[in-house]
Amino acid sequence: MPLYKEQGVVLRAVKLGEADKIITVMTQGSGKVRAVAKGIRKTTSRFGARLEPLTHVSLMVYRGRSSLDTVSQAEIIGSFRAIRGDLGLFAAAETMLEAVDKVAEEHERNVRLFLLLLGGLRALDTGPADPAAVAESFLLKLLSLSGFHPSLRACAVCGRPDPSLFSSGQGGAVCASCAELDAGPVSAEALAYLAGLAGSDLLKAGASAPDPQIRREARPLLFGFAEYHLERRMKSLPILARSLVP
Amino acid sequence: MYEGPIQDLIDELSRLPGIGPKSAQRLAFHLVKAPAEEAKRLAEAILQAKERIFFCKECGNVAEGDLCRICRDESRDRTVLCVVEEPKDAATIERAGVVRGRYHVLGGAISPLDGIGPDDLRVQELLERVEREGVSEVIIATNPNLEGNATAMYVAALLKPVGVKVTRLASGLPVGGDLEYADEVTLSQALEGRREM
Repeated sequence: MPLYKEQGVVLRAVKLGEADKIITVMTQGSGKVRAVAKGIRKTTSRFGARLEPLTHVSLMVYRGRSSLDTVSQAEIIGSFRAIRGDLGLFAAAETMLEAVDKVAEEHERNVRLFLLLLGGLRALDTGPADPAAVAESFLLKLLSLSGFHPSLRACAVCGRPDPSLFSSGQGGAVCASCAELDAGPVSAEALAYLAGLAGSDLLKAGASAPDPQIRREARPLLFGFAEYHLERRMKSLPILARSLVP
Repeated sequence: MYEGPIQDLIDELSRLPGIGPKSAQRLAFHLVKAPAEEAKRLAEAILQAKERIFFCKECGNVAEGDLCRICRDESRDRTVLCVVEEPKDAATIERAGVVRGRYHVLGGAISPLDGIGPDDLRVQELLERVEREGVSEVIIATNPNLEGNATAMYVAALLKPVGVKVTRLASGLPVGGDLEYADEVTLSQALEGRREM
């Protein structure tokens, strides 16, 4: 079995059998990799906390015959300690992990997606005032990277400025004459807010919380757009929206 | 593959967690070859478990009747509550015999990736119980992983206004392990929680 070396961020870990786990890692050079970590649930496992989700690791992996590889060694590059110690940051990070897991293809190199994830997590690790905004900005950037950048400043169909309706299926904001049946009204403020998030640096996206009214309007549009185009339901979005902090 | 009852048995067994078609076939043939009493005992145990085991109204642990053995026991310290994810965690701590208080089973851990939020766990019941029963210390014994730690943070934040003492099981180097193989996260937690000797 060939052995290869990779670095990546652990997206999730699910239990397998008595003491093993299957970990999903977004790697720099091999896309999404699913690998078995043998014995990791035993307290004396040599992996310890190295393969916990939300860890940036350097890995040695055996290529398996099936789609599952096997981890032979792991070392921590970064463990995002601030995110682990704060519920708001944790909820935002989980949304990033889930979105990347949904978009990434197994063994298909996607360096830009890997770097986006690393950038998003590093931005969260600095402890922004509004972690959810960082996750939302991340989601917009991930959509753009996947070819689904929503039109926010002009009609997605004819390109005329000042659109007043929003339709996920038509690609974002649309004007009244182009809108199809599923389009709903949207305010100029909500569109401007989303456009701001899309263009913002991830490190600055969470600097201050937006007006709650604008967020209440913009959030379902963004989440609906993301789920429509990724063709997957995102389980972490309702939890991000409700906020985990009691 | 097979006919009649043996195939039915294989189908039923392969629905169990961790049992694939091959294991199911092996178990089915073992049962068919085994003495009739053995098979009857197993069938009876499954039926009894389904009929007589409920979840404790107080703590959420498995129980025979309304309350579990530990909640019924008057000699347990009523001022200490140990919060765990699953009934099997309570059993593990109980086996070590180190907690003299009672337990509270949350029924899982907060995991946004699986769509599990605080509302899906028995956290409101915990809050009510702490307020109602005059609990003075809550020991959080959720798993020392990402989800377990997030759950611990949530429970601690929820209980803060009540003014009860909240503690978390220490995490660090495992007994019987080698320092050489310790990872940075575990080692730094072990250092933070070090004790004077």
